[in-house]
Amino acid sequence: MNPSVDALRATFGPAIGRAVVARDGVSVVSVRPEPLVAVLAWLRDTVGERYDYLVDVTAVEYRDGERPLELVYFLRSLARRTDLRVKVDLELRGPLAVDSVVSLWAGANWLEREVFDMFGVTFRGHPDLRRILMWDTYAEGYPLRKDFPLRGRFSRAEQVRQALAANPEAHYSMEELSIAEAYDELPPDVKARLDQGERGTVADAP
Amino acid sequence: MSKHTVAFDLATPGLDATGQPMRVPLGVAADVEPTLAGEHMLINIGPQHPATHGVLRLVVELDGETVVRVIPHIGYLHSGFEKLGEYRHYNQIIPLSDRTDYLAPMSNNVGVALAAEKLMGITITPRCTVLRVIACEMSRIISHLVWLGTTSIDLGAFTPFLWAFQQRERIYNLQEMWTGARLTTSLTRVGGLMADIPSAFVEGLRDFTATFPSALGEIDRVLTRNAVWAGRTQGVGALGGAEAINHSLSGPMLRASGVPWDVRKDHPYLDYETYDFDVPVGEHGDVYDRYLVRLEECTQSNRILVQALDRLPDGPINVDDPRVILPSKTSAMNDMEAMIYHFKQVMEGVKAPVGEAYVGIENPKGELGNYFVSDGTAKPVRWRIRPPAFINLSVLPRLATGHLLSDLIAINASIDIVMGEVDR
Repeated sequence: MNPSVDALRATFGPAIGRAVVARDGVSVVSVRPEPLVAVLAWLRDTVGERYDYLVDVTAVEYRDGERPLELVYFLRSLARRTDLRVKVDLELRGPLAVDSVVSLWAGANWLEREVFDMFGVTFRGHPDLRRILMWDTYAEGYPLRKDFPLRGRFSRAEQVRQALAANPEAHYSMEELSIAEAYDELPPDVKARLDQGERGTVADAP
Repeated sequence: MSKHTVAFDLATPGLDATGQPMRVPLGVAADVEPTLAGEHMLINIGPQHPATHGVLRLVVELDGETVVRVIPHIGYLHSGFEKLGEYRHYNQIIPLSDRTDYLAPMSNNVGVALAAEKLMGITITPRCTVLRVIACEMSRIISHLVWLGTTSIDLGAFTPFLWAFQQRERIYNLQEMWTGARLTTSLTRVGGLMADIPSAFVEGLRDFTATFPSALGEIDRVLTRNAVWAGRTQGVGALGGAEAINHSLSGPMLRASGVPWDVRKDHPYLDYETYDFDVPVGEHGDVYDRYLVRLEECTQSNRILVQALDRLPDGPINVDDPRVILPSKTSAMNDMEAMIYHFKQVMEGVKAPVGEAYVGIENPKGELGNYFVSDGTAKPVRWRIRPPAFINLSVLPRLATGHLLSDLIAINASIDIVMGEVDR
């Protein structure tokens, strides 16, 4: 067992849950969601711990629907060549939300966006929480959740219909269209469609 | 909105008395140029653009030629590999990994197999270990050669591209000889390899390792001290070590910024600690240093290949465990027990114990991690790829802001992305 786990327990007490050594020899420690950022900041900045490198952020949902969704933070101390995994359990029925760690590691930006995109976990305080692999108007849900069918929620016909009905100008966000006043250059009908809020939704079937 | 109309008929001022076209006197044109200062421009690059190295789309805000903001859009090649993996046996996941970093398919295969073996507690044979090292280092060389060639084209040098692809072709021929495929190699299996190397392979690879350094030396001679190359790359897209760590960069991107972290040295797998090789580390973290690091890594990979060939032991390539490795076709057809094992493996797959395992390997692009979570069945609950190109790409807005648009192309090239892996 990684000695950092005992140090965490001594510092944060009841916020630290179970700890196990995984099959690859790395210690995995559970942390309650509320003090997550404080725990990770402590692990990063404390002399003797120095987990200065965030390897990965991901989530795991189990096939057993009673088990909570786990957020996994892969930490590494480059100087000490030591790995540690920190897990946060989020009840599937509760709000899937946790504080963002982008303030600690800039590398978490896209990783958290991907977890949001694929699992629907909201990261409070994230500077730019948008979908990243799926497109902004994707309406089928969160693909890596276990209740998401492998072939998607919508039928192939519906997917084709939505693709054909999509507004091509919606490939730019309003923020991007504000650059160089590009919005003003759009033809009136496209402007009207955008103004009707067509970005997030798709026109009804004829 | 300010519309600028130029009320000046500059194109054909007419002919002068001698019948020659009249020239606009110097200094006049400047007076009638509309002032564009202060107005930003929206430029869309990609997703179909040769300089984005795949289906990457960049929305760029420009002030004149200076990049004010870069907004990357990815996901055009998203295939849902991680989701697909949850519905497949461990061995069936290996073909999916070919398609992630498709410029280095063999080392992706190795990464998945190592993670599955770590989860199941399997120790592979000595011959398999050395052959996997050969596969990884061959992949590193071809991936870096593609990077070198395409980047030199982006920066206006065509010849190194041809030289690099000539050498790459030789490795591809060996790869094809070994696995039967140039891209979809699916080389590894849990507990071993799909096939042993054919008889002419060692000779072919020795021939490559003997002549590759001189070919690399030519690229080195034509680029490293080339004034145009240095001018386009030095001081462009620089990133310090602390910031590189904070952005979770890995591989040559991290090492060019002066952080000497190489998974092969610091978390050795496949007995890399027993090979004699150096880890090149940059000083300035700019595009030029990334070029130097990757160039030197090709040389070091060549060294490892020579050592691997020298020590290649005889023996089986697969572990001796009928629950993991398919019996030979002959024994499956003639021996009842072998047939049962064959049937169970094809129908049920290899079961993994409950637990989780993460194995990171040093892929050409950076640290490729494979993270398996198992609930005791033959299919993982979760297969996570830690995609080095995805995480390295996320630093692009930070690197490119403030540079010229042409430098954005150089910086994007220097990250060495492969969209199959970025989007997965």
